[in-house]
Amino acid sequence: MNVPDYNPELEEIEIQLLLEGVAQHYGYDFRNYALASLKRRIWNTMRAEQAKTVSALQEKVLHQPACMERFLLALTVNVTAMFRDPGFYLAFRTKVVPLLRTYPFIRIWHAGCSTGEEVYSMAILLYEAGLYDRCRIYATDMNTAVLSKAKEGIFPLVKMQEYTGNYLRAGGDQSFSNYYTAAYEHAIFRPWLRDRITFSQHNLATDGSFNEFNVVLCRNVMIYFNKTLQEHVHRLLYESLSMFGVLGLGHAESLKFTPHEQHYTEIVSGERLYRRVS
Amino acid sequence: MTFDLIVVGASLGGLHALEAIFAALPSDFIVPLAVVQHRHRDSDDTLRSVLQRAARLPIYEAEDKQPIEPGAIYLAPADYHLLVERGSFALSTEGPVNHARPSIDVLFESAAAAYEARLLGVVLTGASADGAQGLALIKARGGCTVVQDPASAECRVMPEAAIAATTVDHVVPLIEIVPLLTKLCQSSWKVGL
Repeated sequence: MNVPDYNPELEEIEIQLLLEGVAQHYGYDFRNYALASLKRRIWNTMRAEQAKTVSALQEKVLHQPACMERFLLALTVNVTAMFRDPGFYLAFRTKVVPLLRTYPFIRIWHAGCSTGEEVYSMAILLYEAGLYDRCRIYATDMNTAVLSKAKEGIFPLVKMQEYTGNYLRAGGDQSFSNYYTAAYEHAIFRPWLRDRITFSQHNLATDGSFNEFNVVLCRNVMIYFNKTLQEHVHRLLYESLSMFGVLGLGHAESLKFTPHEQHYTEIVSGERLYRRVS
Repeated sequence: MTFDLIVVGASLGGLHALEAIFAALPSDFIVPLAVVQHRHRDSDDTLRSVLQRAARLPIYEAEDKQPIEPGAIYLAPADYHLLVERGSFALSTEGPVNHARPSIDVLFESAAAAYEARLLGVVLTGASADGAQGLALIKARGGCTVVQDPASAECRVMPEAAIAATTVDHVVPLIEIVPLLTKLCQSSWKVGL
């Protein structure tokens, strides 16, 4: 993108063509992704694949399925952490858990769960609240590669110091190391943490609602979508939530710029926890 | 010359530099500012509220898809990259760039792509080279570039990296940045947005 004859208008056309080709040939629909961050990830892939133009990348992606797999991993952002943004989990613990106690059975959908760090975090939180036996967590992602990692529940041992700090700030009062076994460079999380989790593939752009949930978590997923797709997904989440169900978004996301704002009330100001009220 | 957006990058020492700039910006300054100040991933609203005390313009932590309004200052939230689309903000949790999230380069590169010659980029004090590549890209797309004079910076590394990366249009001491921005943006005031 630093070549002297760089033409941004032409590049946007090339990106549209690439995404059209990927959608038609592979069925992965990135056509309604937010352009600014998508461009960056396409540029990164171009560097890695040594493609000088988006068109050159398109040829590789369409003709080499292995290249498409790498492209898919590069396009979906899979940066996450356990108890990411601890204030959110603290608010969930103090304000949402009491609501959930009134339900005999709790269905939770974690949409866009990536490699699973936040799903295990929620499992730990619900276990400590004494609610885990009553829960079923559906953890979905469009990307099967990250889902298989999520199913393993093995995370880098070097991350545990950071995660322990997050856990404590999220209101955890146990010894965090009770939840995993250290082996070489890995922290292997206790298999029973997975007992109530169902991992499955689901694409927010193309798949519909598959159940009614008491809690829907979709954190830092929709920031990669443009307004059109964002509105589509907000409708999907809204339709998947039972009345008085709880919606959890990422720290810098809000309902303010969406058409569903009036259907929710904020449970805790600033922590992006909303309750469906109509 | 008219500008639709000013992007600002600051790191070590940035709090004081930003305070000085925001305090000097008049309340009728119309061109919006998008600011990356390097910060810890767990930092809360303190940065915004401290800066707001000094400023006459309203300061917001940018939210995803938030429209960019005239006469406002937007801060990158902690632990997110702040990107610009034409007319609105976008966020990303991709990995750190130049060891930073938010990264100045990410903001500058996306803003340069969206605003080209109608963009003004400012690099302030800091201890990294973040912002240098982004400022070079702003320059390459016809935008205007401003760097704090390294001699007036609490940490001169970042301004020097920016100066080394491109032919900067204006290198000025901290106290002259707002008068310069005001002069550069004068025609933007009349034209409006």
